[in-house]
Amino acid sequence: MKILTTPRMERCIGCHSCSLACARLVHKRLSWDTAGIRIRSSGGLSTGFETRLCMACDPAPCVAACPTGAYSQRKGGGVVVRIKLCIRCGACAKACPVDAIYLDATGEPFVCIHCGRCVPFCPHDCLELTEFSRGTTPSGKEAAASEEVES
Amino acid sequence: MIRDHFRVLLVDLSSGRNTITDIDGRNAVAGGSGLAALLFEKYGFLGKPWDDPGQPLIFAIGPLTGYFPLMSKTVCAFKSPYHDQYAESHGGGRSALSLRFADFDALVITGRAKTPSALIVGSRQIEIKDVHYLWGTDLQVAGKILRRMFPGAGHRTILRIGPAGERLSPMACITADTYRHFGRLGGGAVMGSKNLKAIMIHGDGSFLLPENKDYIKVFDKVYKDMTDTDMMSKYHNLGTPGNVRVMNDLKALPIRNLQATADPATEGITGERFAEIALLRNAACAGCPVGCIHIGFVRERFQKENRYIYRQISYDHELIFAVGSMLGVMDCFEVLKLIDVAEKMGLDVMSPGVALAWATEALAKGMITEKETLVPLAFGNTASYEAALEHMGYRTNEFYHLLSQSTTKAAERYGGGDFACVLGQEMAGYATGEAFFVSQALGFRHSHLDAAGYSYDQKPKGKAVEDAVKFLIKDEKGRVFLTSMVSCLFARSVYNDEVLSNCLKSIGYGTLADNMDAVAGEIQRLRWKLRVRTGYRPENVSIPKRFTEITTWKGQIDSAFLSSLKDQYASAIRDLASTDTTASTSEKKEGHWHIENTT
Repeated sequence: MKILTTPRMERCIGCHSCSLACARLVHKRLSWDTAGIRIRSSGGLSTGFETRLCMACDPAPCVAACPTGAYSQRKGGGVVVRIKLCIRCGACAKACPVDAIYLDATGEPFVCIHCGRCVPFCPHDCLELTEFSRGTTPSGKEAAASEEVES
Repeated sequence: MIRDHFRVLLVDLSSGRNTITDIDGRNAVAGGSGLAALLFEKYGFLGKPWDDPGQPLIFAIGPLTGYFPLMSKTVCAFKSPYHDQYAESHGGGRSALSLRFADFDALVITGRAKTPSALIVGSRQIEIKDVHYLWGTDLQVAGKILRRMFPGAGHRTILRIGPAGERLSPMACITADTYRHFGRLGGGAVMGSKNLKAIMIHGDGSFLLPENKDYIKVFDKVYKDMTDTDMMSKYHNLGTPGNVRVMNDLKALPIRNLQATADPATEGITGERFAEIALLRNAACAGCPVGCIHIGFVRERFQKENRYIYRQISYDHELIFAVGSMLGVMDCFEVLKLIDVAEKMGLDVMSPGVALAWATEALAKGMITEKETLVPLAFGNTASYEAALEHMGYRTNEFYHLLSQSTTKAAERYGGGDFACVLGQEMAGYATGEAFFVSQALGFRHSHLDAAGYSYDQKPKGKAVEDAVKFLIKDEKGRVFLTSMVSCLFARSVYNDEVLSNCLKSIGYGTLADNMDAVAGEIQRLRWKLRVRTGYRPENVSIPKRFTEITTWKGQIDSAFLSSLKDQYASAIRDLASTDTTASTSEKKEGHWHIENTT
């Protein structure tokens, strides 16, 4: 299955269009927080931007940490979240090694579902939904993607 | 949050008390410029000076902020130290979205903190913190420390002032997130007068969207217009610096204190030249996929051995004109160096650049000496201008103290008013002709963005005064509605009336959408009324002789047309200001009303 990657983040201008698109289209909200992809400046605007994004772990530590089964492993990496089962304990966010899960004020978790709906809203083509396997040698665009994902 | 009223945070720095209040008026004044005027009318003291602790410093966003692309600006309103009258200054960065997600339509700051302080605002946090140890730091140092002190990297705005603001200079700006500014008319000094070094707004709230399909559809259409058509390509490509060559080719670029309007040497500072050798990368205000911010670099050798540092500095047409062509500095990197010094001082770049151009000519003419200027100001002498900008920031001596008040004040003391390039405030980078000169000289913000006078000058129309006045008033009305949404004015070609109406309707502001023209007129009148009640006399504005001495592609400036246009525009502004406004009348009934002295 495809996953969302950020092969060209050096081009990011910090417009937050991706986060806003995810919140708007996936979560039906206006927000730059309650989104699967979030942008932050890395040490001030003069050093550019970085993403907070699910790295599509397999096995995913957040799945192991979830006490209710709200999180389950997604085929190809990442997670499927059934929010109805979530008890807002925050264990998923604590377990995530790359701070990819956002908890809102009520404790509801927001994490990338690798749907790619944010991709067309990036004006600099930073993002890519792509087939990705850590076991193969990627080429072309995928090579760039792997550098970003594995860095 | 979509609501039929305004949710406003009132912060009193004197008492440390904060209040959240709901204020009616959404359908009368919309937000942004309209809301700021409403709030100044409610909380401001029209007859007291700008630095009275009770005066409010207002930041307002609009109904479309965050909901649509390029609805990314904040309106800052205050009584200006430049002219002691009501004023607006607009800025972007992350300020607008941060305020939106902190869930306030406006922030109103009154009082004066006991010690130099920082105000921290979020959807679940309001705090005033002592930061006396930051007082005196330049903006670069302050920015670095503030970022470390407060949470929310990427989803917050940090508004701050430098030494110029602390010293209450009317040319002091409020810097937003390093590369954007509430630049003109001295907002930085208003923060300084409140002992407020910084404001941090953490946008940590989120809202449910309206449950209709229209919003997504309208959003997608606007987004495509912004990114897939050539409507915004000017800003995405060279950015505003693309104007340098255009203006020079038109013989409309102010050069060496407007002694010339074209010079082949300006090839060294065109947008094309910057892009070729000095452009490092681009950036965007939050919520803007266009990303017009152009960031260049300078590197500086600090040891005899090959040891360098580099800095990143944003540039725009107005800055390039003000410390480039206007000062005879025709090299990209030299221009960036001067912008950098002004930035560190927390000075608006435009006004000091134009002021120093006047000082250079005054020095050459013997009206002032190096005793006043401290350095040998001469067109093209970057090192002198670097030093002079620091003197302006620190207000080192009486001369620089006066000069940083305004070029006019310095000229009143030393002479040389004829060649002071002042149009209400120090001029913007367009010497296109009579309509622009009058538009900036009399306009509400004394900005090239008040109305498209520069565009009118370029139309092959006759010199019908009535037609020009109608154009300026109508154009201002359209813009004031946009700045009440609050849109970036670069998006004005996308946000026509139909698109704005669709945007408003799609998120539930149908009444506003149905009354856009009337509301725009209401806001326009409200702003002018406030301006006049705080002392503005448009008929008294004069346009210095230098503006009549230039030659553009159209030939010599027509002094008679200029004078007649100025008189009639002043009269039209007077008419607008004297028209009664319904919003103010209704608000009066709610109490909290200050008696003002309008003389």
